[in-house]
Amino acid sequence: MSTSVDRNTNEGRRNFLKASLGLALTSSGGISIMSAVAAEASGTLNAYVEIDADGKVTIFAPNPEVGQGVNTSLPMIVAEELDANWDDVVCKAAPVAPNYGAQFAGGSLSTPMRWDELRKVGATAREMLCQAAAKQWKVERSELTTSKSMVMHGGSGRSASYKELVANAASIPVPKESSVTLKSASDYQLLGKRVVNASAADIVVGNPIFGIDATAPGMVYATYVKCPSIGGIAKSANLDAVKALPGVIDAFILEGTPGALDFGALRNMHAFAPGVAIVAKDTWSAFKARKSLTVEWDYSTASRDDSDALKAEALAILNSGAGEKDIERTGDVDAAFAQADLTGDAIYQMDFVSHAQLEPQGVVVEVKGDGVEVWSSSQTPVFITQNIANQLGIDVKNVTVHQIRGGGGFGRRLSNEPVFEAAAISQRIGKPVKLQWSREDDMAFDYYRSATNYRLQGAVTDGKLVGWKNLIAAGSRDDENPNYAAGYRPFDFPGKVIPNVAIEQTLFKSETPTGPWRAPISNVYAFAEQSFIAELAHQAGIDHKTFLLDAIGNQGWIKEGDIQSLNTARARAVIEAATKAAGWGRELPEGRGLGLGFFLSHAGHIAEVAEVSVEGNNVTVHDVWLAADVGQVVNLSGLENQLQGSVVDGVSAMAAQSITVKNGAVVESNYDSYPLLRMPQSPRVHVQTLDSGYRPSGAGEPALPPLAPAVCNAIFNACGKRIRSLPISNEGFTIV
Amino acid sequence: MATIKINGKNQTFEGLDPAMPLLWALRDHVGIQGVKYGCGVGQCGACTVWLDGFATRSCQLTVGALDGRSITTIEGLARENLHPVQQAWIDNDVAQCGYCQAGQIMSAAALLERNPSPTDDEIDAAMAGNICRCGTYVRIKSAIKAASGAMTASALFYDATQSEEATV
Repeated sequence: MSTSVDRNTNEGRRNFLKASLGLALTSSGGISIMSAVAAEASGTLNAYVEIDADGKVTIFAPNPEVGQGVNTSLPMIVAEELDANWDDVVCKAAPVAPNYGAQFAGGSLSTPMRWDELRKVGATAREMLCQAAAKQWKVERSELTTSKSMVMHGGSGRSASYKELVANAASIPVPKESSVTLKSASDYQLLGKRVVNASAADIVVGNPIFGIDATAPGMVYATYVKCPSIGGIAKSANLDAVKALPGVIDAFILEGTPGALDFGALRNMHAFAPGVAIVAKDTWSAFKARKSLTVEWDYSTASRDDSDALKAEALAILNSGAGEKDIERTGDVDAAFAQADLTGDAIYQMDFVSHAQLEPQGVVVEVKGDGVEVWSSSQTPVFITQNIANQLGIDVKNVTVHQIRGGGGFGRRLSNEPVFEAAAISQRIGKPVKLQWSREDDMAFDYYRSATNYRLQGAVTDGKLVGWKNLIAAGSRDDENPNYAAGYRPFDFPGKVIPNVAIEQTLFKSETPTGPWRAPISNVYAFAEQSFIAELAHQAGIDHKTFLLDAIGNQGWIKEGDIQSLNTARARAVIEAATKAAGWGRELPEGRGLGLGFFLSHAGHIAEVAEVSVEGNNVTVHDVWLAADVGQVVNLSGLENQLQGSVVDGVSAMAAQSITVKNGAVVESNYDSYPLLRMPQSPRVHVQTLDSGYRPSGAGEPALPPLAPAVCNAIFNACGKRIRSLPISNEGFTIV
Repeated sequence: MATIKINGKNQTFEGLDPAMPLLWALRDHVGIQGVKYGCGVGQCGACTVWLDGFATRSCQLTVGALDGRSITTIEGLARENLHPVQQAWIDNDVAQCGYCQAGQIMSAAALLERNPSPTDDEIDAAMAGNICRCGTYVRIKSAIKAASGAMTASALFYDATQSEEATV
């Protein structure tokens, strides 16, 4: 470890010290000095913390903000250990740079992956401030305490604010990690409290903080038209006619990469689909010109998917019985089924869905000489830098990426092809370009949540679930692997808990691109699994909650020490809490029902109970009671908001969201044909968070999976109709 | 050519396609970006503004049809202090991604300006045109009720006789 500090040569001009340090954690978790930078009027204690002369504490959030709240919650972790006064803290998006590590938003990982790092960052900065005070006052470091951006010396009654100490603190060597102590949870002042979103004040006055608001001087506007059948090639177009239209600057074909793109290649990909770019003086001129564009498409490389045919093919596979491949097998499944008191057998099918985040994809890219600058709401800025350098054939050092708040993510912004489209357009015309996907583009060229097809069989003996069989019919683009989230992931429950389990899989050809959609695989598996368990309980004449708790058992951690794994005590606690809050077992009027769902995903143990009423084919979801154990709470308000929102999103998706595909092209185009839940249909949501004392897990995803089974189990209890297909509009039901 | 009063200031649009939706004229030509593009077909409400005091989808208004009319956007809602709805949105920590919230606030504020104490059903009806993909409806409703307590019917709408000029 070495330290070097540049002294500003103009020190006499002002009284404060302009020296600062750039500090970051290495990939091994150690602390190293990355650089020394002179910073005007600020004390940069490390790559995450700056304290200026007014006492403002700027804390940088390393991961992208797409509505999951990390621009607030990640700085809170630093502020807690720093003992910064939260009122003085300004939260900012960090630059995209290697010293910030894995800058992405996915897998509900932002909080858990940064937890240790950011606590150490805050504690290290606090230690430096204390050492500076100790030196200044000639007292022992151990006699100093901190609170609300102040260092105090109890013995002498002396105190100093961080702003007074930061200049000296920035010039002392960064302490060894071993000399820095982290707080225990019982000492937290900020974590676990309700803190308002750091961007709330900007949001309520309409400040231009979103990706769509980015601008660059001299910027032009572009739209990019792709083959409706995914993967087709633009052969020719009436470019001259389009170029002659008002406001149009240029129109040209981009070769792109034919064929449906593969989400799995994301990390090392700068591919984008073939198409026609229209560049104009404003967005409207580009959109309007598009209506006059005629393209001759070459469909030879395009998807020919038909979602109805795919669903029928999958159904035939499921009806045929055995799968082609064993995915998982434990115990003696055949014996368990042969000796069972009762068995159940049911087929569950879920349609493709789109992300439909409210801000359509868009980006500003400026290719200038041998460099490029990108303003993007990507969920994976970490994957842009090298890939765009490869695309443009430039040095990665000449790539600057700005991460900007995104209007919703849900997995939609994990792929970066809008960036590469815009880069190609900017390179061609030599100007900064704002590329705006229309809503229709966004819905037509998504990486959809895969349609999924399961046949579930269960064996019950002595009132206990003893056998579990699952045949999966999975779409595959390459005939070897399931498409993203079309297959199975080894879930602890029931896989590791039920003694006799067989998971089998058969593939069928499907080219429609699929990708992560909020809680991938979990969001469909939970529906089938938790509905089917309720089916078996009903068949056995046992209360669903009792049957579920029996199935979960009491063995504690399934994988000791693995926070991702099932902990049956955590599972039982959330099921007990949610059912208690909902008044499980209470008498309900005719046509009303309660339903329960539990799922563990992304290390979050979550149970939900829904109360619905059914009148004819109209379903009203009145209330949802949710209990969550996601470990140590960072921002309680942000967490509760994610939990409430996941419930609403869950109802939204299960109600009527379905992407249909004909001739490889998506039929739905906007919110009229692909409805999102609106306020009148939205349930009341009652959330409670359980403090289990474990490490924090992310909260963006795990509350979604239990919702659909909870509601469908409630519908069954209300009217006796078992729903085995999503969306429930497939079965004639409407959520009102 | 059209002259539109935007947040109390006359904006003259020259040389623009009269069929250009107000949404894009505001975003690309006036630099007012609080209005958000979500769907372009009047389904989502992210582009909600007030037209002569009524909540309206700016993607469904064309510049050419607005000569002499008065528009209020989220940028023009606060006066000396935030509008009670804006303050309630902060106090109730409503936003997740926040993209829809300017539109939600404009619809909610338009409701409360006329009906300061709406019932749940009236709130539902007034807000049904605004989609929140993050699902913050629970908090939107709480915030509207909180703001309702701080509201009395008032004349927030811009005085049409103001005459500040600007041309884009």
